[in-house]
Amino acid sequence: MKQRQKIIITLIILVIAVILFITYNMGNNIDYVLSRRGIRLATMIIVGISVAFSSVIFQTITNNRILTPSIMGYESIFILFQTLIVYVYGDKAFNVISQQENFFYAVLLMLFFSVFMYLLIFGRQRKNIFYLLLLGMVMGTLFNTLSQFMHVVIDPNEFSIVQNFMFVSFAKMNVKLLGIASGTLLVALVIAIRYIKYLDVIALGKDHAINLGLDYNKLIRLYMLIIALLVSVSTALVGPITFLGILVTNLTYELFKAKKHIHIVWLCSAVSCICLIVGQFFIEHVLSFSTTVSIVINFIGGVYFMYLIWRTRKKIS
Amino acid sequence: MENQKENKLVFQGIVKEYGKKKVVDGLDGAIKDNAITSLIGPNGAGKSTLLSILSRLLKQDGGDVFFMEQKLQDYKSSELAKKLSILKQSNQMDVKLTVRDLVAFGRFPYSKGRLTATDWQKVEEAIAFSDLQDFADAYIDELSGGQRQRAFIAMIIAQDTDYILLDEPLNNLDMKHSVHVMKTLRRLVDELGKTVVIVIHEINFAAQYSDYIIALKDGKICYNDTTHRVINPHILHEIFGIAFDIIEKNDRKICNYFNL
Repeated sequence: MKQRQKIIITLIILVIAVILFITYNMGNNIDYVLSRRGIRLATMIIVGISVAFSSVIFQTITNNRILTPSIMGYESIFILFQTLIVYVYGDKAFNVISQQENFFYAVLLMLFFSVFMYLLIFGRQRKNIFYLLLLGMVMGTLFNTLSQFMHVVIDPNEFSIVQNFMFVSFAKMNVKLLGIASGTLLVALVIAIRYIKYLDVIALGKDHAINLGLDYNKLIRLYMLIIALLVSVSTALVGPITFLGILVTNLTYELFKAKKHIHIVWLCSAVSCICLIVGQFFIEHVLSFSTTVSIVINFIGGVYFMYLIWRTRKKIS
Repeated sequence: MENQKENKLVFQGIVKEYGKKKVVDGLDGAIKDNAITSLIGPNGAGKSTLLSILSRLLKQDGGDVFFMEQKLQDYKSSELAKKLSILKQSNQMDVKLTVRDLVAFGRFPYSKGRLTATDWQKVEEAIAFSDLQDFADAYIDELSGGQRQRAFIAMIIAQDTDYILLDEPLNNLDMKHSVHVMKTLRRLVDELGKTVVIVIHEINFAAQYSDYIIALKDGKICYNDTTHRVINPHILHEIFGIAFDIIEKNDRKICNYFNL
């Protein structure tokens, strides 16, 4: 019963947040404000869902609640790719390559990266997910360093183009990308939902998963591809935001004692949309755009974790 | 060895190496149907490795495992899960589940997560079979090690496979619960006609409850015979390198290896 109340309250908060975000202090030019806020809202919902799904899936297959896909270097490869384009074409870069083409290549690259990493680990004898993580971390650092090197070499004006990709912002308004990104999200979700019941079993650990008849390696490969799709959606739209995953997944596990992953992913999506919308609302109306959503989320997340640590300490003593 | 064809689980020339070290080296044998077979031997003899290979958790570097005259790797994993189950020794997990939820996972091979009334009946039977009714709604991370171990065994029972492989099922259990688990396994064999293979360290549990013993040492099988013949002071001394005194009582053998 209590569970149901919590879910209803969460949904009510989500609806209130959406209405407030759209209607608060609209001013005179309603059409203009409405369309701009609508685009931002759509972006936040798409990003919220993709962050929630990718983080929940990633945490379950790694059996670790403090990881997000950002550890695998997915976002680094995206930024490296953008830097490379600017490095090669200079400030004409996005006249040569359209945003849609750019997104398409980035998705392909990340899928390829997923398969490559998987083959590198699972093709050999060391069939261990922790080698995968370790390799991901090392590759991520390599990509970051390569990007940084190019940042130093390129013209400062060109750097400002790259900079746009490096920081999270919902003010970017990638209208052209919104369609293709939501399409990609839809594809990823359809596949994810079909295979999500197996996550319940994978959460028990590899040995149990095999005992209960799962083709473990095949499933991990599939989940990695889904994660790559989801991360490319959120990164292309607003920048490297998957750190949000730690906060929203833990909040979801803390608030709802849900056991089935099919419930967890949707609840987590709701929580993550609320976080983004409320955060963005504060930035727009309280802080009047003087900061970015990542700072607000990090602040709330930090406070929440201090609370968690304080509470567990109290429990022990 | 001559009547190997009658047994459904047969292994030939099993080799597994980590780096250059061969953990098991050319193991041949068969698991006798409708019986409890204990794998015994000193630490590092390759018992758990053999069990993992027999249950497809680990891939061998050489040799073949045949299950019902077909190679193990030719089976679909989901089909095999209805015929053969495995429980390893470390079962730490970070999931909030009750005992009933966990046992219900045993029905996954049949129902893929959507349990029918028959499945729930099997779950309740498995809980009762393992004497866990009082803990059925407790969360597994709040149980003692022994209770948790029994919950996992109940999951395997709910899986209802003809072949059950257990890696040190008595780990963390006190004497009462060890005996209870062994009697449960005995009933699975005697009443339900299952075949059980266990890796076991306490020689007396093997001597009391198993029908056959496969003894391993340094990655090789040194004895594969009935319990009665393997429980012999000379053989046990050869396997473990310490002295044994065998006491016979009520047609059962008890091994004393203390203060000899």
